[in-house]
Amino acid sequence: MEALSLLQWLIDGLIGIGLLWLAWRALFCPELFKAIVLFIAFGLLMTLAWVRLKAPDVALAEVAIGAGLTGALLLSSWAKLRDFDANKGMGVREKNRVQSEQKTKRPFFHWLSATPVLLMAVGLGYGVLQLSPYATGLSTAVAENLDASGVSNPVTAVLLNFRAYDTLLEIAVLLLALIGIWSLEIRPSVREATLDPVLDLLARLLTPLLLLVSAYLLWVGAHASGGAFQAGSVLGAAGVLLILAGWRLPLSLAGLPLRITLVVGLSTFIAVAVLMMLDRGQLLAFPPSQASLIIFVLETTATLSIAAILAALFLGSRPDHSEKI
Amino acid sequence: MTLSDYLSVLFLLAGAVFFLAGTVGLLRFPDVYTRLHALTKADNVGLGLIVIGLAMQAESYASVGKLLLIWLLVLLAGSSISHLIAKKALQKGVRMWRR
Repeated sequence: MEALSLLQWLIDGLIGIGLLWLAWRALFCPELFKAIVLFIAFGLLMTLAWVRLKAPDVALAEVAIGAGLTGALLLSSWAKLRDFDANKGMGVREKNRVQSEQKTKRPFFHWLSATPVLLMAVGLGYGVLQLSPYATGLSTAVAENLDASGVSNPVTAVLLNFRAYDTLLEIAVLLLALIGIWSLEIRPSVREATLDPVLDLLARLLTPLLLLVSAYLLWVGAHASGGAFQAGSVLGAAGVLLILAGWRLPLSLAGLPLRITLVVGLSTFIAVAVLMMLDRGQLLAFPPSQASLIIFVLETTATLSIAAILAALFLGSRPDHSEKI
Repeated sequence: MTLSDYLSVLFLLAGAVFFLAGTVGLLRFPDVYTRLHALTKADNVGLGLIVIGLAMQAESYASVGKLLLIWLLVLLAGSSISHLIAKKALQKGVRMWRR
């Protein structure tokens, strides 16, 4: 037993030091591509840290969104930047060098932006040290009310019932990000994806599996780890894979049907919130007898919207405009 | 410890050796193609050995199935992606290492 706990300490220590080191390298790496790869590695190690902290829900979200989709988004932005710079006759490497030279010339601004961050870190550290080591937080309150929530997984109960407005606002943030990108009218990458038989086969094999996993995560969220964000990001990953393999949304679906899918999660959420407000006088307070059904409807629509938004973010431009250029 | 425990340890250690060799290859080999070669060996064989070692400790056939599924998915993704990386490197004109 003694040796086992020592081994666990060793693994946890390695994960902690590795996280700090990767974060440091990702922030201070002059090459953008390397920094992105380091960030993805950071996300994967962070997932391991969440697993060690016995938080599988967060671990799933971290690996799917933090490491997977954010990594894909960063890499696609990097590719667009590179194309943009190539058109202007300036290589990424050259630009990085210019940027890093500019950076080293302005240490004052570095410290100016570092000061609030350092103050916040000190404040947070102080706050954590002030916590009583025996506090149970709100977990007992959640456990006592779990029966009324309509689900048996406490994480889902918190995210979709007790603090449902958190999830409501998260979906709104995602949608806002997409609206922001679409408003910028970035030219879509003109070059077509090179058709590769291996990539095509991979997409064909993995897409049905990803659909299945997504549906499973959505369904299992009621009583175990999983839920709308995890399911949505897996479904979104299927979309990213299809886009990479050269598949494009048919134009007939790229207009209104796509837009309805993008907003259905948020609008269902708002509609439910308003209905509950009228019925029970409180925002998003579900009646316990119907809570299970309401949460299922909310999660299903949220999954569809999150998946569509994430895949659209990856594409980076309006799919109904890309054909015109 | 029973016989299956000893066999588990043996398979896990063998898997770890493959991962170590793959990592050393990734760090030390001279070009992208040879590095991919080293990496896929670690992923395919090393993970396969570790899956066998873990499957002997599994409590049900369902978890053995899940472990095998993980291995198959990594095989599929790893080989496809190393093919794509090598193809891209060839297209970009990355030369193969010669002694």
